[in-house]
Amino acid sequence: MTVRTPDEIVAELRSGMTIGIGGWGSRRKPMALVRAILRSSLTDLEIVSYAGPDLGLLLAAGRVRKVVTGFASLDSIPLEPHFRQARQNATIRLMELDEGMLQLGLQAAAHRLPFLPVRAGLGSDVMRVNPELRTVRSPYPDGEELVAMPALRLDAALVHLNRADEQGNAQYLGPDPYFDDLFCLAADRAYVSAEEIVPTGGLLGTGPAQSLLINRAMVHGVAHTPRGAHFTSCVPDYPRDEAFQAGYAAAAASPQAWAEFQDRFLSGDEAAYQKAVQQFHDERTAAPA
Amino acid sequence: MTEATRAEICVAACAEAWRGDGAVLASPMGLIPSLGARLARLTFAPDLLLTDGEAYLLDRDQAVEGWLPYRAVFTMVAAGRRHVMMGASQLDRFGNQNISCIGDWARPKAQLLGVRGGPGNTINHPTSYWVPRHSRRVFVPAVDMVSGVGYDRAASLTPAQRRFHQLRVVVTNLAVLDFQTPDHGMRLRSVHPGVTVDEVIEATGFPLAIPAGVACTRQPTPAELALIRDRLDPDTSRDREVP
Repeated sequence: MTVRTPDEIVAELRSGMTIGIGGWGSRRKPMALVRAILRSSLTDLEIVSYAGPDLGLLLAAGRVRKVVTGFASLDSIPLEPHFRQARQNATIRLMELDEGMLQLGLQAAAHRLPFLPVRAGLGSDVMRVNPELRTVRSPYPDGEELVAMPALRLDAALVHLNRADEQGNAQYLGPDPYFDDLFCLAADRAYVSAEEIVPTGGLLGTGPAQSLLINRAMVHGVAHTPRGAHFTSCVPDYPRDEAFQAGYAAAAASPQAWAEFQDRFLSGDEAAYQKAVQQFHDERTAAPA
Repeated sequence: MTEATRAEICVAACAEAWRGDGAVLASPMGLIPSLGARLARLTFAPDLLLTDGEAYLLDRDQAVEGWLPYRAVFTMVAAGRRHVMMGASQLDRFGNQNISCIGDWARPKAQLLGVRGGPGNTINHPTSYWVPRHSRRVFVPAVDMVSGVGYDRAASLTPAQRRFHQLRVVVTNLAVLDFQTPDHGMRLRSVHPGVTVDEVIEATGFPLAIPAGVACTRQPTPAELALIRDRLDPDTSRDREVP
């Protein structure tokens, strides 16, 4: 496996695909890969995600047909503004699921099963708004009827980790693996971006063996994207950029402000983005208190 | 020591939700429930488990005592070793909760969080609710989207399906409510000091069961007040959630 650029990885994706995005809310999201999608012509995507600004950016750019999620949040800002607009304007389809159902759907896909039984969903309106959901009766003496959570098979998965080697072995160094390994195994093709690419022999120098969440059998492409989760958190490498995120959320409030945000931050390549972010912070520091 | 504020009454009332739970994961959503859970652990519920809001379990001295990433939280949910206190944008008489959206789901007037873990929490383990502003906006005749499952919905399931469903209490800035009625309709359990029963009825958009002689929510003990003021919330952030 050779290390590729985000644009080379996105060139392997197609419009209409179902794409799973790792991380959680505004935490360790593969934002450099998402930004590469924004620079491409990909559209009509189905996004499966514990959603945050990954989904928000794709929605704002009009690239999304359908969303599968249990929430969309920026964590320190509870509601994802572009998701709110897309829902309130009914511009997307939504499969709204309990968070645990989403995990089971990914697990079923990873295990190549048609579904997995789960109690979550029973009695709730998740069953009303997803009329395609079915229940299944236990074949054992208990006879219990449970939700048959269908496999959420993905055409592609995008995840961002702290370290990876060139072969696709990848390591998280923060407190939570989220569901990145499940996303990778649920997908026909999985792509890992990482803060640093290190020699395989160096992986255990940065974290214990238990931090090696992703192995190369799960992965089809690796990209080196320093600050590639920005503006979401990627601890211990960096925390969430709260000032920038607040600016993102504020810009989403009006079409004109959003056009300015896009022009300033999203009109160039990844290097231009990172430079514009640096300028954003330099100006804040220079501004009188 | 000065008299307890309304926020402090609410902290102690939230703490009471976890009394007798033993060693389960207490998952409070919001500041006052968080203070309540920590107060409960420091006093009458020492076995409770609490996270740092991310992936670590912290003991009463804030030392890391365990690791609980989201995947492990979901397993604890399914195993039933948890008692969550969630918020509610809408709550009805049978305890159906909505945190998803307001209006028609197909094109909501206001998109909120989404159902999050509400369906799985309520069908798997004890659930309580915290409502910082008791009003007819929240306490509605029927919620727009059932995220957390209420007692009428649970009753429509089989006994096996509903066997882990249990709504404990609803704590608000005015009162404590529960579902200890024959049909599991919401009941006024106690009013906070200085609040009248009529105020609660007026702020609730459906008929409440009102027992004869509604109790007054208990005052925090002097020891509890000292813990809240000196140890758990010295910056009085609680006053911003319940003025």
